[in-house]
Order: sequence, then structure tokens, then C-alpha cells
Amino acid sequence: MGKFALVSLAVGLATSSSVMAATQIEWWHAMGGANGEKVDEIAATFNAAQDDYEVKPVFKGNYTETMTSAIAAFRAKQQPALVQVFEVGTASMMAAEGAIYPVYQLMQDTDQAFDQDDYLSAVTGYYTDNNGNMLSLPFNSSTPVLYYNKEQFEQAGVSVPRTWQELGDVAQTLVENGVECGFTTAWQSWIQLENFSARHDLPFASKANGFAGLDTELQFNSPAQVAHIEQMRAWQQDGVFSYGGRRSDSASKFYSQECAMHMESSAGYAGVKRNADFDFGVAQLPYNDELIDTPQNTIIGGASLWVLQGKSEAEYEAVAAFLSFLSQADVQADWHQFSGYLPITEAAYELTAEQGFYEANPGTDVAVKQMTAVTPTEHSKGLRLGNFVQIRDIINEELEAVWAGDKTAQVALDAAVERGNALLRKFEKAND
Amino acid sequence: MSVYFPQKWLPYGLLLPQLLVTAVFFLWPAGQAVEQAFYQEDAFGLSRDFVGLDNFIALFQSAEYFAALGTTLVFSVSVAGLGLVLALLLAVMADRVLRAAMVYQTLLIWPYAVAPALAGVLWWVLFDPSIGPLALALQTLGVDWNHYLNGDQAMLLVVIAATWKQISYNFLFFLAGLQAIPRSLIEAAAIDGAGPAKRFFDIVLPLLSPTTFFLLVVNVVYAFFDTFAVIDATTQGGPGQSTTTMVYKVYKDGFVGLDLGSSAAQSVVLMVVVGLMTIIQFRYIERKVQY
Repeated sequence: MGKFALVSLAVGLATSSSVMAATQIEWWHAMGGANGEKVDEIAATFNAAQDDYEVKPVFKGNYTETMTSAIAAFRAKQQPALVQVFEVGTASMMAAEGAIYPVYQLMQDTDQAFDQDDYLSAVTGYYTDNNGNMLSLPFNSSTPVLYYNKEQFEQAGVSVPRTWQELGDVAQTLVENGVECGFTTAWQSWIQLENFSARHDLPFASKANGFAGLDTELQFNSPAQVAHIEQMRAWQQDGVFSYGGRRSDSASKFYSQECAMHMESSAGYAGVKRNADFDFGVAQLPYNDELIDTPQNTIIGGASLWVLQGKSEAEYEAVAAFLSFLSQADVQADWHQFSGYLPITEAAYELTAEQGFYEANPGTDVAVKQMTAVTPTEHSKGLRLGNFVQIRDIINEELEAVWAGDKTAQVALDAAVERGNALLRKFEKAND
Repeated sequence: MSVYFPQKWLPYGLLLPQLLVTAVFFLWPAGQAVEQAFYQEDAFGLSRDFVGLDNFIALFQSAEYFAALGTTLVFSVSVAGLGLVLALLLAVMADRVLRAAMVYQTLLIWPYAVAPALAGVLWWVLFDPSIGPLALALQTLGVDWNHYLNGDQAMLLVVIAATWKQISYNFLFFLAGLQAIPRSLIEAAAIDGAGPAKRFFDIVLPLLSPTTFFLLVVNVVYAFFDTFAVIDATTQGGPGQSTTTMVYKVYKDGFVGLDLGSSAAQSVVLMVVVGLMTIIQFRYIERKVQY
């Protein structure tokens, strides 16, 4: 009896000392609601799987708030080891060379097995440097797709549009058949300019969309984009298109069956499924076949995980181990299926297919196919523009003037380019 | 009547906690904002350049900034004016209620307990062009309500949302002010033959002027500084820039855009503007107040 007590005491001591020795790292993230709970679950699984490290996820509010608080914390030397930053903050993070610890470097320094070829280049490309090295680990990535109301399509006797020309005809027919509006769009800058440019292999900005230098200039006021926005303006006037707000507010137009088509992030799938009490389908984002024969991939939105400087070696080992864990096919596949975000590795995609998820949930693989059908070019790899959050706001403002009929597409896009370039120069000045 | 303290340090000692709070939470950050306004730096604070007045010059050369100034004036005058008038109207009516007065009063004070962001979301849902009941009602009346495209409607929406929140506060003060007016004065006027309107404008309103003045100052400050959450939750400053007020621009440029220099310069300008307005209010309007 006494011997048993002694042994259990020894075991207890051993366990508690190993708990004491576990290196703790904080992970600041912006995932609220169900995704936030999933994030906690992922961290808990990691913590339970080994004794050396402990990851503490901390919810910091929306993307902007999370990034701002991480930056403020860095200035006060209280930064977390790992932080989730949305894609438009990428240039700011990259430019802060003394503040970030590139992921590829971290994996090398800590001798973690890490092969960049395992990852989907269409997803990781946004977060690599010019030599193709991954600077941050994509966590939740999505890309725009076309959601459509199957019932309204059937009533009007139209089929799913593949090109913008077809989309215009389909929308027109739908309106003639009593649907209030043909289509609407969320995130207008991301979908109608950034992704429109990428899909047609057109530059959004010079210097490979900013990847090749801070002296980049916006170029989305060239004829193809102007013609597209001008066409949308005409459609807005005819009621074929109906503008529904800057973020994803337009979703309510789709849910209420006011609009028969909605261009929105692939990660909006769960929301559509929950809110649409009609049969819906998912299709690839349309393209203009006069501009390109085989459309390029679309670019991603969402966020990636950045490692911050100023931590100890032990903490970085913990981060590296956690990033490896996150990249595992089963962890990735689970996250992808749960949240609707894209898988970041080939293996996770294949695993999900094997598990029969795409068959059970038709439409969930459209985004992956759209992303991986072709090799990304320098125009479809992503965007790396400083002050991009503000530039997007400028684009929002100018596009709203177009939809309201106050400006022509040419005037508005010229103005957006000019105002945006001023911000790019400012960023260049502050970061050279 | 004056009070004399036997020790010289006692009054300062008693003031000290308040002064400390002011220094730590107001003077220090304000001082930092002033300093920051003369620098340009990257978000992480890794490099910092002294740029003199560049941030201010850039501000005053930008048409957008003057647009924000104009928007702020329209917004503030509307919110403060509408808030005061409606609250006074409600207070006068609530003051005359004899039965269940507490119920009415409590209900009218309720909106003040609602967080600004929630108030914003509430009105945003009510006026959503596709699903909002109020927007749909307007559409059946032939008003094409779409604040995502129509700047005037967006302005109206944020004014309504911001005012709705502030009415409760104003109402509370007006009601207290009304109840403090001696009945005898009003009764005497009534005996002298003054009608309800005359009694209100010649007796009640002048006697309420200290309250009104106080509320005017508070409401203007509210409209300038505290309405950020309402705007962020409803319009995010759009469409175009039609609801981007100065304080919203400070947030957008500083917190979203991470352009700390310009954001700091804007805060300094905002501080100066509000300071000037408070001085003007005290010098010119307070003279008309009868204490």
C-alpha cells in the first residue's frame, strides 16, 4: 500500500513537473463564433497530443482589431508568438522585417520537416517572397465563387453561366421572368477588380502586383477593367445588377430571393446553406472569353499566421511544432470541411475527397478546382500593396459613385488609381 | 462663501487623484498624439522620421479631409439639434403624464443602456434595403430606400441611430429640469392669463436654459467623438464618403490603415476644433443662459 502511494506520488510529481516545463505560446486570432470554438478545439488537440508545448488561443476581435492589437503589443514588447493577419495586411507585415520571423526560416532553424511542395501553391503564393519562400502559414483562405438560386434558374429556363457574356444574358432573362435582380456581389473591390484582373491575367498593379517592389503603381484603370465596371454600371441601371453594400451585406438580397445570383467568398457556403430556404448551386466565377481563352485562377482572401520576433528559442520550437501540426492532412481536412475555407495542402484536399465530403456537399470543391486548375501567373498569385486596407476603401467609395450613376467607370477608376497611388507612395516612404 | 483650509497642501492632496487620472488618461496620450503628428513611421515602430508639418499640410491639401469636416458639421448639428428638440418634447409630455409615469420614463431611458454598436446594428437591420421592415414600408410608400447607394439616406440613417441613443440622456436631464421648476411660477402665469404655449416659451424654456446649455455642449461632444461605433456598425463611412466624419476618419486612417502620423495629426485638429467650439459656446451662448 505504502509502495503504491509512493509510486503514484512519483508519477504525480513527474506529470506535474512536465506540465510546468511545457513551453507556453499565445496565438492571437480573429475567429469568432463557431470557427472560434474550432480554433480552441484544434489547440486543445495539439496540447493533448504532446507534453512539451502548450498553445493558448486568444480571440482578439475582428481582423483589423487583431492586427492592430498585435502591432500595439509589439511596440510595447508584449507580442504573442503567433498572430493571424488578414491578407490585405500582408504587405505591412512583410515590410516589417525586424518584426516578423519568416515561417520557412523558422522551420529551417528548428529542424522541422517542412516541404513547401506539399502546399497548394495557389494558396501559399500570396504569402511567399520573390524566391518562393513561405513567409507566413495560410490558415483560412477562401476565394470568390458564384452562388445561384436553382429554383429561379429552373423557372426561367436558364443554365449556369460560364462567362460574363452568358451571365449578362441569364440575368436579363431572369429579370424578364419576374426576378427582381439578376445578380449582386459582395466585397466589390476583391471580386470585381482584384479577382477580375487575376482571372484574366491582367495586372492589378505594376511590379507583379507589388511582389517585385514597393515602387508599384495601380493599373486597374486599363480598358478591360473599365469596360467591365462600365458594363456593371449599365446593369445596375437596368436592374440586372443590384449593389448591396461593401462587405457581404449583399447576401440578404440573395437569401430573400431578390437576386438570383450572388458572387461571394467560398467561405460563405455555410451561411448560404443556413439562410437560403431554396435549392442553390455553386459555380466558378465567370470570365470574359474575349479577353482570355482559359481563365486564370482566382486569388485568395482570408488570413494567414505570422510568427513575431522577440521570443525565446524554446517558444519558437513550440510554434514550429504547432505549425507542422496544423499542416497535417487530417487537421487541415477537418478544418476545411468544418469552416468552408480552402485546404492548404494537396494531401488535405485528397483526404477530403476520399472521405466523400465533396459528394455529400456538392459545390464545396468548386473553389479548390477554380484555384488549382492552372498554374498561377504573376498577375494571379496575389497582391502585395501597402496601405491596402485604405486603398480598398477608396475603391469602394469610387465604385459606389459609379453604381449611383454619379461617375463613369473611367472617371471613377482613374480617380481610385490616383488616390491609391498616393497611399502607395506614402507606404514606400515610410518603409524604405 | 469661501472655505479656508488650515493646511496649504490639503486642497491639492484632495485634488491629486483626479489630477492623476486626467494626466494619465488624457494629458499623456494627448501629448503623445501631438508628438506623433510630426512623425511618419511604419506600423511596428521600427523606423521613425521627423517630417515637420508634412502630415498637417497633406491633410489640408486633401479634398477628402474637408469633405469629412463638412460631413461632421452636418452630422453634429443634426444629431445635437434633433436630439435636444425631441428629448424636450418627450420630457414635457412625460412630465404631464399622471398615471404610470414611471413606466413611460423608464421606457424612454432604455435606449441609453444599449451599446452604440448594438444601436447601430438595430437600425441597420430595420433599414436594410432588402429585409428591413422600415425600408420595405418606405418602399411601399414609393420611397426608393437604399442607403448603400444614396448618400443622403445613409446620413439620415446614422443621424437617426445616433440621435435615438442620445435622446434618453437628454430626456433625463430635461425631465429633472422641468420638475425643478416651481409650480407656483407657472400657476401665477396661468392666473395672469398666459396660455400653455406662452407659459412654455416665456417661463419654462428660460428656466430650462442652464440644462439646455449643458446638454448642448454634451451633445456636440457626443456627436463629434462618441458616434464612431454607430457609424462603423451601419455604413462604415459610405457610400462614397458621405458618412465619414472626422472621428471616423481618425479611426480608419489610424487603426485600419495604420497611418499613425496622419491619424495623430487629425486627432490634434479635432482637439483644436472641439476646444474652439467649447470656447465659443461658453463665450457667446452662455451669456443668454439664465441661472
